[in-house]
Amino acid sequence: MSDPLPPSAATGPASELQAQQAFRRGVRAAFAAPAAVLFAGMIGFGALSQSVGMSFLGSIAASALIYALPGQIVMAEMMAVGATGLLVSLAAALTAARFLPMTLTVMPQIPSHHRSGAAFFMAHLLAMTSWAIAVREFPRLAPDDRRPYFLGFGLVCWGVCIPGTALGYLLAGHVPGPLTLALVFLNPLFFLLNFTEVRPLGFRLAILFGAVLGPLTYLLTPGYSLLLSGLVGGSLAYVLQRRTLAQRAEGT
Amino acid sequence: MNELILILAAALGTYSWRFLGVVFSGRIRTDSEFFQWISCVTYAMVAGLVFRIVVLPVGPLAQIPLFARLICIGSAIVVMVWPYRPFRGLVPAILVGATLMVGAGLHFLPPA
Repeated sequence: MSDPLPPSAATGPASELQAQQAFRRGVRAAFAAPAAVLFAGMIGFGALSQSVGMSFLGSIAASALIYALPGQIVMAEMMAVGATGLLVSLAAALTAARFLPMTLTVMPQIPSHHRSGAAFFMAHLLAMTSWAIAVREFPRLAPDDRRPYFLGFGLVCWGVCIPGTALGYLLAGHVPGPLTLALVFLNPLFFLLNFTEVRPLGFRLAILFGAVLGPLTYLLTPGYSLLLSGLVGGSLAYVLQRRTLAQRAEGT
Repeated sequence: MNELILILAAALGTYSWRFLGVVFSGRIRTDSEFFQWISCVTYAMVAGLVFRIVVLPVGPLAQIPLFARLICIGSAIVVMVWPYRPFRGLVPAILVGATLMVGAGLHFLPPA
């Protein structure tokens, strides 16, 4: 509805070539770092799933089908203590609420004629890493390039979870401590580095407030830490940004 | 068999949020105030999680003192925003941070 181009602009050989180029750009962007970050995370999950007695194929299926590390870890740990399917589903859902705002911030940026049907698959490719890349790159891309670009890096990131999990499963218990440490560290490091490239004032404030509230709320109530730091920090940033913009408009 | 059921159960619990996101996103315009607000909320949520992992880690990172964790991160950020080529940007910054963390591990972790 909100996209400027009519659907006919998306067909024809010229736009197909353009889509292929955007797809390849996405693939390259994924290999630049995000794929390594996800690979490292999946190595960790593979090792964990081996230690709690999951099967090799089950471990890989969990990575490909759940594709959200906190949910995978909760599932593996609950499986070890013999929880029921209903409980596992609820526990995984509790850890996955972040996917709602993440999907809500990525999908509307893709033109609606590119969304029907494919959106339900693209939503599965969304991880915190691919969200960070999407919100960073989408504003620089032509709207019609966004879906192929997202598919390019999303599929690479999703694809590496299989060899990553397999490697972690097979290497479980054999990776030296300092190397394990570096693998765990890759994830927060990647996001911290990406934060330095965020420019809009409201988002910078949101990162600042989230950074303060995250650890504080975790000390008070670990289970609600993410929800609280997101809603309180984000709303505060939004209000402050609106006021600043209003003041600037008055001043000029 | 039981394993597969639990995997599918967890996958369903996770995907339900993605599904809701797709369903609701059809009505959201990127130039709306709601989109601005939900973007701020998402950034604050991700930042909250990332800084919690760095400041109050659980697992292996907890064995490294806070100042060493901060040095690793600070060095990587300097490389990230370094104004001169060629040693700048995401990949060199991640390599520097990860290498320093291996060093910190060699120094602070008890020998195996």
